[in-house]
Amino acid sequence: MAGLGTGAFMLPGLAMGRPVSPEALLMPGDDVAMKKRLADAALNAAKSKGASYADVRIGRYLNQYVTTREDKVENIVNTESYGVGVRVIANGCWGFAAVVDAKSEAQLAKAAEEAVAIAKANSKLMKEPVQLAPQKGFGEVSWKAPFKKNAFEVPIREKADLLLSVNDAAMKNGANYVNSILFQVNEQKYFASTDGSYIDQDIHRIWPLFNVTAIDPKSGKFETRRSLSAPMGMGYDYLQSNPADKITGITTRYNKGYDMLEDATAASIQAKEKLTAKSVEAGKYDLILDPSHLWLTIHESVGHPLELDRVLGYEANFAGTSFATLDKWQSKNFQYGSKQVNLIADKTQVGSLGAVGWDDEGVNTKQWDLVKDGVLVNYQAIRDQAHIIGAEESHGCCYADSWSSVQFQRMPNVSLAAGKTPLSVEEMIKDVKKGIYIIGDGSFSIDQQRYNFQFGGQLYYEIKDGKIAGMLKDVAYQSNTQEFWNSCVQVCDERDYRLGGSFFDGKGQPMQSSAVSHGSSTARFNGVNVINTARKI
Amino acid sequence: MAILSKEQAKKIIDKVLAFSKADEISASLSGSRTGNIRYARNSVSTSGETNDLSLSVTAVFGKKSGTATINEFDDASLEKTVRRAEEIAKLAPDNPEYVSMLGAQQYVDTHAFADTTAGIDPEYRAKAAFGSIEPCSKKNLTAAGYMEDTSGFTALGNNKGLFGYNKSTSVGFSVTVRTADGTGSGFVQRDYNDSSKLNSQTATEIAMQKALASVNAKALEPGKYTVILEPTAAHDLIINMIRSMDGRSADEGRSFLGKKGGQTRLGEKLLDERVTIYSDPANTEIPGSPFAFDGRPQEKVAWFEKGVVKNMYYSRFWAEKKGVKAIPPPGGIIFQGGNESLADLIKGTEKGILVTRFWYIRAVDPQTLLYTGLTRDGTFYIENGQIKYPVKNFRFNESPVIMLNNVEAIGKAVRTAGSLIPPLKIRDFTFTSLSDAV
Repeated sequence: MAGLGTGAFMLPGLAMGRPVSPEALLMPGDDVAMKKRLADAALNAAKSKGASYADVRIGRYLNQYVTTREDKVENIVNTESYGVGVRVIANGCWGFAAVVDAKSEAQLAKAAEEAVAIAKANSKLMKEPVQLAPQKGFGEVSWKAPFKKNAFEVPIREKADLLLSVNDAAMKNGANYVNSILFQVNEQKYFASTDGSYIDQDIHRIWPLFNVTAIDPKSGKFETRRSLSAPMGMGYDYLQSNPADKITGITTRYNKGYDMLEDATAASIQAKEKLTAKSVEAGKYDLILDPSHLWLTIHESVGHPLELDRVLGYEANFAGTSFATLDKWQSKNFQYGSKQVNLIADKTQVGSLGAVGWDDEGVNTKQWDLVKDGVLVNYQAIRDQAHIIGAEESHGCCYADSWSSVQFQRMPNVSLAAGKTPLSVEEMIKDVKKGIYIIGDGSFSIDQQRYNFQFGGQLYYEIKDGKIAGMLKDVAYQSNTQEFWNSCVQVCDERDYRLGGSFFDGKGQPMQSSAVSHGSSTARFNGVNVINTARKI
Repeated sequence: MAILSKEQAKKIIDKVLAFSKADEISASLSGSRTGNIRYARNSVSTSGETNDLSLSVTAVFGKKSGTATINEFDDASLEKTVRRAEEIAKLAPDNPEYVSMLGAQQYVDTHAFADTTAGIDPEYRAKAAFGSIEPCSKKNLTAAGYMEDTSGFTALGNNKGLFGYNKSTSVGFSVTVRTADGTGSGFVQRDYNDSSKLNSQTATEIAMQKALASVNAKALEPGKYTVILEPTAAHDLIINMIRSMDGRSADEGRSFLGKKGGQTRLGEKLLDERVTIYSDPANTEIPGSPFAFDGRPQEKVAWFEKGVVKNMYYSRFWAEKKGVKAIPPPGGIIFQGGNESLADLIKGTEKGILVTRFWYIRAVDPQTLLYTGLTRDGTFYIENGQIKYPVKNFRFNESPVIMLNNVEAIGKAVRTAGSLIPPLKIRDFTFTSLSDAV
């Protein structure tokens, strides 16, 4: 599920950590030598109690959220969470224990011993012992997100002023209400395992977003338009846009730099325009989907069904299973999409939410094909799943949302490869007789095996005989995953390639949240069923 | 010891209040023990238990507020936390919507704590999982389930004289049972304050029956159908409507309760006259918290009475501005039911569809409360008062407001996800497409 990834203006009900002063977010974490000592204490204790494998994650998780509405700063939240999670295999079974604020070797050793005791107890209920794909150790290594400006170093006043100026621009251009938020996250993670890895990583994420509302006083109708920003694995530099980051057209969209002020201005004008836009006539249309919209369709209809734990039934009671069963993959000819469709999993893409050097079980990250020339070729698997698909190594997509959560298989960035033939959005639209151009993500829903879905957007434009004929409203499209991806006839070239993503993708019980990006260029899907969502109450 | 008594909690809070030099100071102390067990493919996958005890202190100077948290309780730590909250407050910008803290309040007693639940141990959880897995294994069915139990307390206090204490327990259980070939799936969920009411095996048997009965589902054309929504399905749509009853959004004209010219639908008949929905923290079947997060008392509140919008909930700031009572959002809700059982509703249906649960419900239009989602884990065709055959799952696009104007019958309310919800028979429920998902 994309969870709260698409602009719900609620903070997630997740334990983010304790409130701290903003200055505390700039304090350095423990030094690497100390973390190594602590980690070794846990690893040695686990081994001495009989663990055949152990890993330790020492995590410091920092969050800062600034929320505003109109001319008011509503809330500034600064949180810090620090602790250690120890995972072991003993008697062939996983065991896990976590300890808050662990600063001594004795605390770490005790947690390791608890983890071994839990593994031994659970092994009595186990059906098959864990098979862990081999992984070489990397020694002492580190990875840092490649940002230019650390968002946590920017004074809160400057961030609040930015949001208030965004709100002001929205109100001056006709919005009745505006809410804006700036989310910033820093994960400082130290991983060590009995394979001989000691990995120190510094991960940064940022997400500026807003929602404007325009009301027609005569009818009492209201319309909204959300920001076209993407959550990114970047620093504050994402908010320093330059002309090269802008994709101009019917409305401006953004690549690696976001002009929030400009987007808020456009959003207010467009929210008002939506009030009088034509209500869509239900029927079949060719859809031109912008990357700011298509990311969510990729996430739900490709990212989730190709998670191997879902395919195997481990998520059956919550998120569900998958239509993309092992027999379809084994057939080597399951046509997931048309020949134009190449879907790539990736944990390395610069600026993406999923990018890290190593995953949360010490596997170096990589890129791999999921769907090649339309055919299903692979899944997303971690160390204890690799053998199930005959792989000799993990894909490196294991993640835990906190030191206190058990790491498990999470979605890497999953993206649609840009088309190889030069093609612009304008050229693509020119050939469409009856179509709808959709920008921005909106309502989203998909069944528990990922067949049937329905998506809305932020902006809908009618295409008639190769030209944009005006704005539409009340649009949602419904399709079936395989049918939809097989109706993909064109993908624009790499000049149009951009990332979208989810900051709060939910999975597991108890639920864990993760952040993931999805890239694409604008793509065309022929003959998709569009419904009209207008109702009267 | 995560569960402090009222006296122990008050002692700590009083100490905190005495340390402060702020204009206003409040402390919230909460502790809990939460355990869980998760299984899939008829085998336990994870289990764990966590204990937590933490204190949150909010200091206020004028309209500036700051919060600090700690999980150590010696005098020095308490004082340090108060100082930190004060420092953060001094640095914070003015909050123009700040409203002074509440004084002493009267709270109802809700009896939400059960010793049986508080006594759950890993062995109990393993037994519950075994009781669910074992019958499935025997019938070549596959179970994936989750049980979580929590016992905890919350205490609030401030320097205006407010003090509240509540302890509660809860246990939630859900299981999805699938046939070995993946062509049938059934689901059940149960939640209680008192775990002695939970029998994982009896509950699982319902999911097993649904899994077996849903094999070889037939495809019906999407369209408008009479449906019988089991309480789980009805709950998930109706709770979305209740959560949208914020008075400020209605006053601002951006809610289903807003109208042109800044008016609201308060006092208007919006639903069928048989629909009465209220909340009551003292209800013995769904005892809730006696107070909201900010210390406001939770009281019995009518949200819809005979179809008429009776109340909306407010922030204290907005209520003060509008001169209305600052009713907090409710915990669980009570949809006043009738006497008929689910079986009675089926028996009285000529043609219709029985829906076990909905899945992936998302808002499509906040103005009309249009939601989309899908049926899941047991959808059946009813003819002449009997379940005839399983049908393929549907996607729906429907508003709870429209649905609650199309009421045919209301059954007996049962506890569902912390609320009391009856099975509902609804005409003209809108299914817009078919899904192949099982």
